[in-house]
Amino acid sequence: MTYLRDVGALARKDLLLELRARDTLPAMLLFIAATFVIFHFVLPGEPTRLETSGLLWIAILFTALLGLGRAFVPEREQRTMDGLVLAPCDRSAIWLAKSIATLAFLVAAEVVALPLYALFFHSVGWTTVAAVALADLGICGVGTFLGAMAVATRARDLLLPLLFLPLALPIVVGAVGATVGPPVVSSPGRYLAFLALYDLLFAVICWASFEYVVAE
Amino acid sequence: MLTARRLGKRYGEKRVLRGIDLELPAGGFLVVTGANGSGKTTLLRICAGLAQPTEGKIERAATRGQVGYLGHEPLVYRELTALENLELYGRLYRVAERRERIGMLLERFGLWDVRHERVGSYSRGMAQRLALCRVLLHEPDLLVLDEPYSALDEGSAELLDAQLTELRGERTFVLATHDPARVEPLASGALALGG
Amino acid sequence: MSSPSSPAAATIPAVGRTSRIPPPALAVASLVLVTTALAFVFFVAPDDANQGFSQRIFYFHVSIAFTAYACFIAGAWQALRHLWKRDPRADLASYVCIHQGLIFGTLVLLTGSIWARISWGHWWLWSEDELVLFLVLYLFYCAYFMLRFSVDPGPQRANLSAVYALFGVVLIPVSFAAIRLAKTFVHPEVFHLDGPAFGGWILVTYCITQVALLVLAYTLYRLEIGGKRLDLRLRRLREALA
Repeated sequence: MTYLRDVGALARKDLLLELRARDTLPAMLLFIAATFVIFHFVLPGEPTRLETSGLLWIAILFTALLGLGRAFVPEREQRTMDGLVLAPCDRSAIWLAKSIATLAFLVAAEVVALPLYALFFHSVGWTTVAAVALADLGICGVGTFLGAMAVATRARDLLLPLLFLPLALPIVVGAVGATVGPPVVSSPGRYLAFLALYDLLFAVICWASFEYVVAE
Repeated sequence: MLTARRLGKRYGEKRVLRGIDLELPAGGFLVVTGANGSGKTTLLRICAGLAQPTEGKIERAATRGQVGYLGHEPLVYRELTALENLELYGRLYRVAERRERIGMLLERFGLWDVRHERVGSYSRGMAQRLALCRVLLHEPDLLVLDEPYSALDEGSAELLDAQLTELRGERTFVLATHDPARVEPLASGALALGG
Repeated sequence: MSSPSSPAAATIPAVGRTSRIPPPALAVASLVLVTTALAFVFFVAPDDANQGFSQRIFYFHVSIAFTAYACFIAGAWQALRHLWKRDPRADLASYVCIHQGLIFGTLVLLTGSIWARISWGHWWLWSEDELVLFLVLYLFYCAYFMLRFSVDPGPQRANLSAVYALFGVVLIPVSFAAIRLAKTFVHPEVFHLDGPAFGGWILVTYCITQVALLVLAYTLYRLEIGGKRLDLRLRRLREALA
């Protein structure tokens, strides 16, 4: 399908851009590591699994925001969005490709972050990994979409967290629920299902309405 | 090809365009002149379909993908090479025989030898030439060029002259320039925007 | 080939068509209904067995909450009409609806806080799902305004606002589900704001209050949008003459 090939070409472009610029991914890695260190000093005594799970997700969320804020920078600074918008390809391909690229960076950051978390705080089980995978999809899908919106405004980087955080609340709830696990949460599967539902619902909305975000 | 009635564009409280009427047949060549800030860029963006007018209507016979737009920026990715940029646009704009066309254009505009270098290392003139390659790559029916001669040295400018002359009549052009005398022989109409 | 032309002022159409119900009639209806509702709430509805007189705030709190939801949903509907039908009036209608929704949302948080204080002595209850939901929505729609004021008026601002308004209306049920799900691991408090058991005069009072507030919301909507449309027309006329 030409659609998938468009997405592939665009995603490849985004990955190449980052690999050559080499600024976003290292920043995300450093940021999440530094955040963990700060967490140690913020929590008094021996933190419970519930407390550190919450902090893990705060760290992931804000690291993701760091990356998402940079997502559309090339399109904005070099005005290349005009070239993409005039192409006959479906505009939603731009969103999907950018989400995939951002997802790749976030996962790369988490590949380092999760072992670090296990080292500093508590062990990481399979439900946590599943939660990370599902939450990442939601974060990158919705975050990229909102990033494109924010880039069209005057406030830009200032606006993205404001737009994103209320929408990220369900992701955080689902993710923390699944991460905490028993005994506090008896069925983490419910939270994983909720995350999957969120991902599906918002992916459809983002896919259908991206057209209106980039074209006047 | 292009028809506009009472076109107007406002950005917030600032009015940039007002009451523009336009009638450009297929194969025509419209030259747009005006001082800086007179709204040339805005008008060209509306013609290309990148902006919507706030008053009036515009009708364009070219569908998306049949428009080639050259703005003030070359609209290429600085971190990618010339070849990678054109490959990407070639794919997105569904260019047939992509490789051959890219090669042909790069050669024509003297960029073949630097095709594997990042655009960030190019001079302004080279980037502009790459932008011209990008615009011509998909053989659009409607070409909207915003000051294409800027940053070009005489040799490249003559290349552009030759290209425009070659395509004159086959394609429709809207060209904004500070030097209308240069394109006067090609023009079929002129529009001067007031301050 | 072309010339800038100045349109005659007469060719600028009136921006708003006169709807069926004129605003003064609506204002009178609102006044009558709200007064009736107040009368019912304070004199007709029976005292609550547990909380006594102070519990009457429930009638307003719940009615205002549903009115706010109705405003947000109406705003999303207008947003959809803007994106889908390209109705030129829909963007402003959507904005005004959401503006009203935010005003009523503020009232929900205020009445909820007062009710919590009266019932349990706390100014805020995390255990009250609907209150938390309104907090999230409040943040969301405040961001809507920040978005709107960060873009120059025009087609792009209308598009971005409309898309965001649609996200909002989807967020309502999803957030509510999330808040419920979170109860398992968030510190469960035992405080709740309970309304009375429905029946008889209580139901009647509630219905009257709800209708009164919906009519009030619509009146405020009409007033605001009428004013904004007039302002828009005035600006266009001024430009045409300039």
